[in-house]
Amino acid sequence: MSVKAEPWQTAEIAGPKKALVIMKPEVAAAMMKRAKRPILVVGNLATKADSDTGKMIDYTIRLSKVIDIPVVATAHTVREFVKQGFRQVTQMSAMDIGNRLKDPTWNGLDGKGPYDVALFMGLPYYTEFVILSGLKHFSKNLKTISLDRYYNPHATWSFPNLKVEDWNQSFEIIINNIGGNKRNVNF
Amino acid sequence: MTKKTTHMKIEELKTDIGIIKNLEISIGKIVDDSWVEPEGRTPFPSTVDLREWDFKLLQRYKPFYLPFCDVCCLCTFGKCDLSGDKKGACGLNMAAQQSRIVLLACCIGAATHTAHARHLVDHLIEKYGRNIPLDQGGLTIDIDAPVTCLVCGIKPKTLKDVEEALDWAEEQVTHCLSATHTGQEGGNLDFESKAFHVGMADQVGMEIADLIQISVLDFPKADPEAPLVELGFGVADVKKPTILVIGHNVPSSVGIIDYMTKNKLIGKVEVVGICCTAHDLTRYNPSAKVIGPISWQLKYIRSGLADLIVVDEQCIRADTLEEAQKVKTPVIASSPKNCLNLKNRTNDSAKELVADLVAGKVPGVLILDPDKAGEVAVEAVMAVAPRRNKFSIIADIEEITAAGQACTGCNECIRACPNNQPIPEAMKVAAEGNLKLFAEIFDNCVGCARCESACPKDFPLHSFMVKAGEDKSLSEKFLMRSGRGAIQDVEIRNVGGPIVLGEIPGVVAIVGCANYPDGNKAVAEIVEEFAKRRFIVVLSGCAAMSAAMVKDEEGKTIYEKYPGGFEAGGVLNVGSCVSNPHIAGAAIKIASIFAKRNLRGNYEEIADYIHNRVGAVGLAWGAMSQKAASIAAGFWRLGVPVIVGPHGSKYRRMLLGRADQKEDWYVYDARTGDKVYTGPTPEHLFTTAESKEEAIVLIAKLCMRPNDTTRGRSMKLTHYIDLHKRYYGVMPDDIHLFIRNKMDIPITMKPEIFKILDENDWKEMRIPDPTLLERMVRKRG
Repeated sequence: MSVKAEPWQTAEIAGPKKALVIMKPEVAAAMMKRAKRPILVVGNLATKADSDTGKMIDYTIRLSKVIDIPVVATAHTVREFVKQGFRQVTQMSAMDIGNRLKDPTWNGLDGKGPYDVALFMGLPYYTEFVILSGLKHFSKNLKTISLDRYYNPHATWSFPNLKVEDWNQSFEIIINNIGGNKRNVNF
Repeated sequence: MTKKTTHMKIEELKTDIGIIKNLEISIGKIVDDSWVEPEGRTPFPSTVDLREWDFKLLQRYKPFYLPFCDVCCLCTFGKCDLSGDKKGACGLNMAAQQSRIVLLACCIGAATHTAHARHLVDHLIEKYGRNIPLDQGGLTIDIDAPVTCLVCGIKPKTLKDVEEALDWAEEQVTHCLSATHTGQEGGNLDFESKAFHVGMADQVGMEIADLIQISVLDFPKADPEAPLVELGFGVADVKKPTILVIGHNVPSSVGIIDYMTKNKLIGKVEVVGICCTAHDLTRYNPSAKVIGPISWQLKYIRSGLADLIVVDEQCIRADTLEEAQKVKTPVIASSPKNCLNLKNRTNDSAKELVADLVAGKVPGVLILDPDKAGEVAVEAVMAVAPRRNKFSIIADIEEITAAGQACTGCNECIRACPNNQPIPEAMKVAAEGNLKLFAEIFDNCVGCARCESACPKDFPLHSFMVKAGEDKSLSEKFLMRSGRGAIQDVEIRNVGGPIVLGEIPGVVAIVGCANYPDGNKAVAEIVEEFAKRRFIVVLSGCAAMSAAMVKDEEGKTIYEKYPGGFEAGGVLNVGSCVSNPHIAGAAIKIASIFAKRNLRGNYEEIADYIHNRVGAVGLAWGAMSQKAASIAAGFWRLGVPVIVGPHGSKYRRMLLGRADQKEDWYVYDARTGDKVYTGPTPEHLFTTAESKEEAIVLIAKLCMRPNDTTRGRSMKLTHYIDLHKRYYGVMPDDIHLFIRNKMDIPITMKPEIFKILDENDWKEMRIPDPTLLERMVRKRG
């Protein structure tokens, strides 16, 4: 596994407070399991096939089948979810969900209270970079995890820059780990 | 305002009637009060005069800050770590620091346009005198400068009249910039208010720049039938000597055309342009041609097709001289703002300058006299062209293949690429002589060449893309309607009512630079989507060029398919960056002409009118510059929402409404004084669309206004729902927020929507005469 805890886009330097690197996917799985109120934000790049692999969106659907996590699809990503028969998804713009997650008084999509962990994937790198920064600086109790295959330093935790096959393997491990000890399953 | 005075002192004057000694005459400004309209509350507003209005907007559209990094490094107290709840050594927190950066960007943008206007005013006054009348459209236009009338409370009629407004704009930029100094402004909302203020001043500066060039240089005057001009990489007849002009400020390009005309050289030398100078060049002479937007610079220079380059100011690559030297193309710099380390040769003879450029004694010269720059450019290009023989540094296939084989796949190129283009993959297949992937990347490339700067082996990767796209790009020729300038009063009379009542579903302004996430095509697709739906689509700047770069099955561009009038289904190119106030001006004139509201120094009331009634939305899909920031700020203060493409998220602050917070969406009903819930209309003042699809759906949604009639709202909802279903595959989940009574529901969607209303416990709402200003209430409820 190639591990390089540098921003994928070379100039996107965060400053003194940088994301902790998820060296082992088991750690990411454990964090997801530990979260009391997690949420998954999926951007439109998840609908595009990365070279030599399937679409990221397939992983998000599989992930949501093993863990009870609300999914927010930004931009037109929702179309692909619906096409695949996955309907437990809320469409919202990336800025809107970022802005709400920042607000400690927001009671979430279900009105049951603020989220404690937000997982991000599939947004343009630089857009995710600044949204994660907004959350790092202005949200009170939220932790963020970047699940893209690039190190995104404004998250609380992030994968390092990974090769496609390593990223695939990481996701398989996460899903297997969570699936082996499900928090809650909705399907 | 009586700041402009003439002071004359004569020690001794001998005349036929006697000798006058020590005569002193002082003349203040002569006030022309033929404008009967009463003056509003804020003529020539100070930085704080419209603060309360700004705070009303900012209360509804709260900033969401998106810092690039954790630190502030603007002064030597620092760097300061502002992460968490830390403050800098000066006491500033992160929210204030981000808003300070926004204000800085807006000040830079406003200074650029205002300085552009100042240069044009000085140049045109020097050349043509101070009394040249201003004329945007003859008898078709009564209010020649609606933004200046609204903001400053004056109605400029001649060239000299604009100086007062320009003085004011320059003063505001200085005040606002000074607020960013360490230890000045400390409140984030006040930084935001000043950003709005300087954006408003920017609109005045831009309006003056375009007004005077239209008037004096005889550009198309509010002409819906402005000529169709040629655009594209392949438009130049490169057998002829070819001059490439780049930038925004047109006098040196005018100098070229004037010299060619005087010496009967039109048709013998090709003059092509990139960026807004190209727009204004075709407005001056439609036989000139446009290569493309800002991102075409490096491609075109390296192609070697230009035999001489003239740069003026703004959005020009800083390495133009270096790149031009590689292809043996001489450069003339013609603006004091962009001297490129070149020797100032303004006072040398044209003959001497031409000789030096032709002999290659100097790579370029600085000539600050636009007419001399024109003469030297034309004479030099005719002698240089045969020597250059279109020398190019675009790599051949063998060179690219060898580079592909030597590439180590280190990924530095893709990590430097703003659009994450798969350059390492392209190098892999190029190693086998296949350039297909490079050709695809060429279509999405914004021409920054960061990839090759990052390459440890110094491969000219951008040139590889140009080679791969060469055949396609050289055959590209399109037609774009030249910038028409202002909107006629009669056009406003025809559509003002339908816009305010919502029956024309919206005015979409697609403006700004070419920092696109995925190539040019998205802009043309967005334009077509809304033109087909009978919105009014207004374009300017590089976006207006990109919109022309797609042809339909019949080979037509959108400018050939849709009318150029301000009418339902019209597609209008108003012109260059400084033409943007024609768009704001149209909204302002709707308030004035259709609703008979007073404009004169009456900013707050008109902005309130526009915000609540005029369904206008701006889209800057490829916005990258500080000018784009200040242009957007000018629209924010008018209450017009602006959407940026994904790269626009890097402006570091959005202004977002919260549809889920009902208390944010109340207005006064001017008829009764009651506070009435209107739903989130418009939902945001500044936001990012992540994809073209999202931009389209957002535009339709942000066109809704509290004042829409039921018929108008029904039409707007039809478009919003239809586009949402098409691009998102589902019904929107917020329809109930936009339906005030059952008449708002689109007829064909009633069963589906009634179900949604039931699920959301919907209750009928009143349609108010909406205002955010309590003083506009006519009768207390």
